[in-house]
Amino acid sequence: MRVNGADEKLDVEPWTSLLDLLRDRLGLTGVKKGCDQGACGACTVLADGVRINSCLALAVQYDDKDITTVEGVTPHPLQEAFVRHDGLQCGYCTPGQICSAIGMLAEHAASGADPAALTEAEIRERMSGNLCRCGAYNGIVDAIKDVAR
Amino acid sequence: MTTTETERERAAGAATYVGRPVDRLDGRAKVTGEARFAAEHHYPDLAHAVLVHATVARGRITAIDPAAARTVPGVIDVLTHENAPPMKPPPAFSALDLSTFVSPTSVNYLATDEVHWSGQPVAVVVAETPEAARHAATLVRPAYQELPAVVDFAAEEPGAVPQKGNPLQPAAADKGDAAAALAAAPVKVDLRFTTPPYNHNAIEPHATVAVWDGDRLTVHEGTQNIAWTRKHLAMRFGVPERDVRVLSPYVGGGFGGKGMVWAGTLLAVLAARAVGRPVRLALSRAAVYHTVGGRTPSTQRVALGADAGGRLTAIVHTSVSRTGRAGGMAEPITAATRHLYAAPNIHLRQHVVQLDLLANSPMRAPGEAIGTFALESAMDELAWELGMDPVELRLRNEPERDPVGGQRLSRRLLREAYAEGAERFGWSGRDPRAGATRDGRWLVGMGMAAAYHPSLVLPASVSVRLGADGRVVVRCGMQEMGMGAATVQAQIAADELGVPLSSVRVEYGDSALPDAPGAGGSAQTASVAGGVLAACDKLKRSVLALARRAPGSPLRGRRPARVEARDGGLYHGTEGESYAAILARAGRDHVTAEVKPSMPLFMARTLLEHRRWMKAACGAHFCEVRVDRDTGEIRVSRWLGVFDVGRVINAKTAASQLRGGIVMGLGMALSEETLVDPRTGRIVNPGLADYHVPVHADVPRIDIHYLDEPDPRTPLGLVGIGEVSITGVAAAVANAVRHATGRRVLDLPITLDKVLPGQAPPP
Repeated sequence: MRVNGADEKLDVEPWTSLLDLLRDRLGLTGVKKGCDQGACGACTVLADGVRINSCLALAVQYDDKDITTVEGVTPHPLQEAFVRHDGLQCGYCTPGQICSAIGMLAEHAASGADPAALTEAEIRERMSGNLCRCGAYNGIVDAIKDVAR
Repeated sequence: MTTTETERERAAGAATYVGRPVDRLDGRAKVTGEARFAAEHHYPDLAHAVLVHATVARGRITAIDPAAARTVPGVIDVLTHENAPPMKPPPAFSALDLSTFVSPTSVNYLATDEVHWSGQPVAVVVAETPEAARHAATLVRPAYQELPAVVDFAAEEPGAVPQKGNPLQPAAADKGDAAAALAAAPVKVDLRFTTPPYNHNAIEPHATVAVWDGDRLTVHEGTQNIAWTRKHLAMRFGVPERDVRVLSPYVGGGFGGKGMVWAGTLLAVLAARAVGRPVRLALSRAAVYHTVGGRTPSTQRVALGADAGGRLTAIVHTSVSRTGRAGGMAEPITAATRHLYAAPNIHLRQHVVQLDLLANSPMRAPGEAIGTFALESAMDELAWELGMDPVELRLRNEPERDPVGGQRLSRRLLREAYAEGAERFGWSGRDPRAGATRDGRWLVGMGMAAAYHPSLVLPASVSVRLGADGRVVVRCGMQEMGMGAATVQAQIAADELGVPLSSVRVEYGDSALPDAPGAGGSAQTASVAGGVLAACDKLKRSVLALARRAPGSPLRGRRPARVEARDGGLYHGTEGESYAAILARAGRDHVTAEVKPSMPLFMARTLLEHRRWMKAACGAHFCEVRVDRDTGEIRVSRWLGVFDVGRVINAKTAASQLRGGIVMGLGMALSEETLVDPRTGRIVNPGLADYHVPVHADVPRIDIHYLDEPDPRTPLGLVGIGEVSITGVAAAVANAVRHATGRRVLDLPITLDKVLPGQAPPP
């Protein structure tokens, strides 16, 4: 597996989730565990550039894939935009929001859609898999809009 | 605004940091993933613990066999009431020792065979890996002797008993004769409301890493109450307080749910002691529901009587809430009704039932959040009865003094909030008739409601260190769970000492630092600000004392009252010198000042102050909802809040916090509900897939405006903002739904089945 640009040779149990592998074995604690059942998005990472919930992914299925966590995207203009627009409070969902937004922007671009079609409502719809209980949603949308422009 | 931008503004003549929308100082650590939360602290020989939960609501364990669990490779130990080392029993709450507040239950885990709620931890499995512990925990299947359990709130609430109050939170009030006034009132409403249980659902599930070194204990824990957690752990494990260290630099959301010491924390510490290794106990989402209490459900009656001109003649608000039989505190559901409206006759009563369920616990504006749903819905319905604009109705009943207590109001800009909110929202442009505004298939409605939350200031110890290099370190064991706690205190200290914000560092989240109050009751920022102001003042006096004695100092002989801190030094008019120069001459590497208020003195002063002055945050919500005329789907399309929260230190982080309360209120209004099986007492939806918190698509743009007038009777004019904005939200939504559809929904959450057409035609 390639994790944040580095090749990792790992021996894992078949039941180990990608999330636990990243957090516990590789010490990439920027990846967060919020629900462990694919409902909150805190564990979002990029697998070959596509956003996934790493808690619902078995590590062995990602053999030979290219995994990127928040540690691997740093520094990214979205991070600065999140701070500037206060798109966070406690910070626990934030790495997942950022990885999800990066994946979402890539999906949108790859679909050939007009960047102007990425309205606030469209961003909200596409980001709805990432929960923020502090309610920083307005700031998150502003940060994404800012970077998408 | 970045720190650099702020420094530039300051250089260009801006007077202070207080009031500027500075970017949060810990933002970078949080967006890069560098911020390490409790579960993320690793030790070489870390073991992992998982809880086993009781499957009956009340009973006794007749057999608990750990054998099957022990056969799982990697299992280190299985702790049950038959083999666990003892903990001292939990203390009951006592006003003489406020730290007992963090003890939410009388159950002494793993020291009893008794079961008091479905989900109570009855065993802990410790293993080399989380997976092994999780699997082995499923193999521990105790046998129970079941006892009759009372778990159905709806069935039991008619038998509720009067709740006991305390001087700061009375549970009843009587003024005049509300029953007679209500009977005689020409216009009245009399409504019965219900609200369901809710859970906090911070995105970070509770987690503890516990490390014993001999009899010294270190705990990594996301807590809203560092100092009291340390004290509680020291007491329960029989070690001196100074040997316990609680580290909590980041808290992944709390909202009240991390204000107490719940089972996971205690059992992580117990397990670490039992196995002689560091232990991590990270609760699953379901385990959070089973071991951390949430908001009480309620039934409420609000009856309002008014004269034809809309002046209230009677206010009746009664409530029933629940606690667990083995713990929990009744919530002050009618609290805001004591303060919001003037009326000659007021009758308030709170009742409570005890059920065989997990203790309830404070959740953002406990009491007020659900109490204002009932009161503000009833006010709206009274406006319909009167044929009056609901803003006008509120203006006509705005009190000059506290309606029940008679105290003077330190500051209350609710009139201004209504006026500004209505103006900015375009309230007067609405068609006041119900169901009259349509946009295609959507019925459009507008609603408004008041927000109100009392302000509280508690004693905070703070130390401030000024180095010869001009750098300042503020030290305080306060909690940061997203409020921007460190950022605002740095802004305050920079202003007080006249130094650039970039030279101030705030240390927090560690019990080794001076004690702060917990992050609760919207009290932390104002409380710690009081400490920072006092410590900075003391520091400046110490520095001036060095200069006053020094021959050649331009400050020689100057009195503190005439000296001003600015530009990195102390000045008397144009004469003065830098801190660096003063410290260098005195041969000092640094100067430190610490303040440590006396708790009894502080509480005595607070009670006295409370008798004379009513201090609170307040505001006005305005919203627009759209209800699908065929499916009943409800979307909130616009929100605007105008708040009177005293002086605003940081407009950016304050707006986020106020928005956060509104977002949580939207969930409360429309989608959240903890479902308790009325037969078994089991929580049916203990997870984020079945308990629906608001997502991006549920939250419109939320406009926040401040009136920004300092409170004359609080440190720096600050009023806490953590809770006020959730109050009134559910009512504003319900009122907008009433306007859109003609239907008054009295039972939260307002799901589409409650507004579906065909059930009752709009009037």
